[in-house]
Amino acid sequence: MQRIGVFVCHCGTNIAATVDVKAVAEALGYEAGVVISQDYQYMCSESGQNLIKDAIKEHSLTSVVVCSCSPRMHENTFRKAAAAAGLNPYLVEIANIREQCSWIHKDIASATEKAVILGRAAIAKVHLNAPLTAGESPVVKRALVIGGGIAGIQTALDIAEAGFDVDIVEKEPTIGGKMAQIDKTFPTLDCAACILTPKMVECAQNERIHIHSYSEITDVKGFVGNFTVTVKKKARFVDETKCTGCGLCMEKCPMKKVPNEFNMGLDNRTAVYIPFAQAVPKVAAIDPNYCLMLKNGKCGVCSKVCSVGAIDYKQTDKYIEEKYGAIVVATGFNPIKIDKYEEFAYSQSPDVVTSLELERLMNAAGPNGGTLLRPSDKKHPHTIVFVQCVGSRCDDGKGKPYCSKICCMYTAKHAMLIREKYPDTEVYVFYIDVRTPGKNFDEFYRRAVEQYGVHYIKGMVGKVTPVSDGSLDVQASDLLANEQLHIKADMVVLAAAIEPDKSARPLATMLTTQMDTNDFFTEAHPKLRPVESATAGIFLSGACQGPKDIPETVAQASAAAAKAIGLLCRNSITCNPCIAHSDELMCNGCSSCEKVCPYGAITYIDKEFRMPDRTTRIRRVASVNPAVCQGCGACTVACPSGAMDLNGFSNSQIMAEVDAICK
Amino acid sequence: MQEAMIKRAEELFSNGTVNRVLGWKSGEFAYDHTPAVFTSAEELERDFVCDDFTSANLSKYLVKETKKDGRILAFLKPCDTYSFNQLVKEHRVDREKVYVIGIPGGPKLDIEKIKAKGITGILNVKNENYTLKIETIYGTSEMPFFEAVSGKCASCKSKKHVVYDELIGEDGDVLESDRFAMIEKLENMTAQERYDFWRGELSKCIRCNACRNVCPACTCEKCVFDNPDSGLENKAAADSFEENMFHIIRAFHVAGRCTDCGECSRVCPQNIPLHLLNRKFIKDINSLYGTYQAGENTTDKAPLNDYKLDDCEASVVHERGVE
Amino acid sequence: MQVNEDKEFQPLIVAFCCNWCSYAGADLSGTNRLNYPANVKIIRVPCSCRVNPMFILRAFQRGADGVILCGCHPGDCHYTSGNYFTRRRMTLLFSMLDFLGIERDRTRVEWVSAAEGAKFAATMNEFTEAVKKLGPNLRLEDLRCRKQ
Repeated sequence: MQRIGVFVCHCGTNIAATVDVKAVAEALGYEAGVVISQDYQYMCSESGQNLIKDAIKEHSLTSVVVCSCSPRMHENTFRKAAAAAGLNPYLVEIANIREQCSWIHKDIASATEKAVILGRAAIAKVHLNAPLTAGESPVVKRALVIGGGIAGIQTALDIAEAGFDVDIVEKEPTIGGKMAQIDKTFPTLDCAACILTPKMVECAQNERIHIHSYSEITDVKGFVGNFTVTVKKKARFVDETKCTGCGLCMEKCPMKKVPNEFNMGLDNRTAVYIPFAQAVPKVAAIDPNYCLMLKNGKCGVCSKVCSVGAIDYKQTDKYIEEKYGAIVVATGFNPIKIDKYEEFAYSQSPDVVTSLELERLMNAAGPNGGTLLRPSDKKHPHTIVFVQCVGSRCDDGKGKPYCSKICCMYTAKHAMLIREKYPDTEVYVFYIDVRTPGKNFDEFYRRAVEQYGVHYIKGMVGKVTPVSDGSLDVQASDLLANEQLHIKADMVVLAAAIEPDKSARPLATMLTTQMDTNDFFTEAHPKLRPVESATAGIFLSGACQGPKDIPETVAQASAAAAKAIGLLCRNSITCNPCIAHSDELMCNGCSSCEKVCPYGAITYIDKEFRMPDRTTRIRRVASVNPAVCQGCGACTVACPSGAMDLNGFSNSQIMAEVDAICK
Repeated sequence: MQEAMIKRAEELFSNGTVNRVLGWKSGEFAYDHTPAVFTSAEELERDFVCDDFTSANLSKYLVKETKKDGRILAFLKPCDTYSFNQLVKEHRVDREKVYVIGIPGGPKLDIEKIKAKGITGILNVKNENYTLKIETIYGTSEMPFFEAVSGKCASCKSKKHVVYDELIGEDGDVLESDRFAMIEKLENMTAQERYDFWRGELSKCIRCNACRNVCPACTCEKCVFDNPDSGLENKAAADSFEENMFHIIRAFHVAGRCTDCGECSRVCPQNIPLHLLNRKFIKDINSLYGTYQAGENTTDKAPLNDYKLDDCEASVVHERGVE
Repeated sequence: MQVNEDKEFQPLIVAFCCNWCSYAGADLSGTNRLNYPANVKIIRVPCSCRVNPMFILRAFQRGADGVILCGCHPGDCHYTSGNYFTRRRMTLLFSMLDFLGIERDRTRVEWVSAAEGAKFAATMNEFTEAVKKLGPNLRLEDLRCRKQ
């Protein structure tokens, strides 16, 4: 026989002002199985909780119903209180008489009547609650970081420092990411390589960090604490263990006309290459699309000159499988392709460049050795026009609806660096708004305007036309002066919007994590859980979650690391006990449930059954992995025989609620 | 045909390919053949029958039969092969334990349609050039063959065998049928008219469970309607709600799995056109989610176990047709 | 079904809300003090895909005049894909109810996010009005459950 305790909360006047709580407590006291029904000012307060605890002991309660605020608010509080009094926490049900009753109704009579009905529904449900015990599942003490940019590097370093093994999987031959391509960083103007490369070296030297460069994730199985990940190590045709990074192969490689992606295609590299001097790992890779030996079988120069015999033309893709407890996604961003913006003449003139191309043009290790020369005739540019928001804050479908966030600041940086180094060069910046929130950011922007005399013009550039004398005619509007402008420019720099890396979406599918419509990973809560994904054990680091500058990226990277460390520190994790389970006697083994399970939690086993006539029969039946199941219940409806049911939200419980509400 | 089938079955018995044969056996009258399992050549010679009245879909019997030892020979008409495939797909039938011989399908006859002509005391029915010569205790009557064709054969969807180990006779094609005509007619009625139509039909239901028991998609180890814990247990329809509920849930449980074999309507002693409910789901699935034929193969994902990101919203129901 | 003293028909509405979006959306309309009729009673389910057609029939049987199912917007499901299955299931179920001549406005699916408190309240107001117009559920009622 059930012995149910009902506790009705006043929530000060939040509930009591519109619901006659005493009447509710009295009415619910008459329900079958209820042995005690009382009201109290604040059930969630310590004395309120003590009231519940004492009643459980005094009246030997078998279950508890609390009529109070939303279960999303205090379900856990009351469950803990019940557990403290020795009652299984899953024998507590909440009737939401605040958010869904007292706060939306004005009429006391109807609100009170509804509160009683909601209370009855909770009592009807709790009659059928079963004690549930959360299972435990062990945690593999190893983390995976996907992406080796500054976000991935920072996360990996933090996790390794806490004493856990961590693998970085990077799709390029070297870690470093976008930051390695950047010249100087705002707002301090220190050199990106000077602050990034020591961290890259640290990664290489840390014995807890293992870098899989030139590798991709191809499969993810498992669940929080116990992921099994398959990593494809793409064939680089160079034995990583032998290559010393001496660079002799690059010197001798006859195929010297490969567009250099590290310099944004502004110069060329060889078919066998190390992306840049400070690459980590400093190991060459052969580009199979250009290597003469791999394409035609004729050459083999690099193999001949390599003194350690590291070249291996027969190398194939290798797949390795590894177990991880936590996964951090740090797949980063790319500037969008701006071929849709024909008006800026990007494809017509080499002197129209993107900001990232400008970074390379200005970089000491770039194609011009640090001297800013315009690409078409290698002459010094005297007038440079910057165009902001190319593809950002676009509603026309060509670009992105969001603000790319970093462009205002890097453009101020570019303008300032150019004015400082080449005072004879005029710099114009066309902007919609200048957005500079951030520590020392606005000061930085103001310095560009006030100290360096950069011409900031509010307005958009309408058209860029290459002129026969080699200059560019920039046609724009000045919104503040309300006039049309023509500027004869030597170079135009486009601040292209940034977008998530293309590898992110297939990765999200593998990880069963959510993405927004722009393919940025969605955090579990935009304010309160900004570095966790909604899928347990998957964390987000850097620009894969949204546009970010370096300080923000590093902050988030460390936060993601902290969350991952928090998980890895535990020996086991508690599983949600409200999961699906199959009644083997009723299961048909038809595979419907498996097909709708988003987590792959259902497998089938052949099980022996004793039949009434004492024979045995082997039947295929479903089996739910309790550590993988998240308890959505999709399988319960897909199952035609009703063999699948969900703990905590069983068929009979939900129908009991329906009945109580409709009574 | 019948002789060829018996001969082939005997061969498969004697060479040890199968140890049982699933077919039809003759009953008391010339038209009441029932599905049966034969275990010897003698039984086959004595009782095996295959003629215009062997309509029953045999595939469902294989759920139990393939749990037994040895291989069984099953004679399957084209429509039965769809049901068979669906059962294989749902792991209800062990394909390895069945030797499937595809035989030509109907049209099969419906004795009720003959009786409806006022012909009684039937001893024998012969098809002579699409005229039925019906021998009765009162003498011989005649009627056109096509007036006696069973409802399920009249709207045949396919003469193609989707699975078989061998064929007796020739394979056919998927047909263009007008099987959705009646659904469209109902859809074009007003809600009140539809309600009245279905009340008229479903109120005849005596809850004999014949439709469920014959349905090759209804093979649950324990049916929800028999399970006291399901909240749906229901042995007799006490009022209009329960009549509706039984048929809605029954049709919903086989939605996306029903091959439209028409057995439910064939066996209904009250002549309720139950197949219309299943067909409504098939029509909706085809038009909303792309053409899908259950049982066509064993690999396609069932429409209710699948989705597309741009599926229509449920409000499509509110936006179309007649209120 | 309840009949007030002034004899205005008061429908009983059962709303199934998924825990992650719509139930939170309902909470938000409470937090923002957005009114909707007391006729609406909410049942919390983990995901809209937990709602079995038999729950909906059960509600009608026991005296509900309208049943509404709320879940996360497509693409936002906490369980990534649950509401896509819901969408197909409910489309087919509602189509079948319509086919049987049961008023189509008694059932509805609405996607309400945790941020859409206002939408939740507006939806409930609208739906209650629509069901009120239809009058008591007679075509799918169980006479034994009729209240007197």
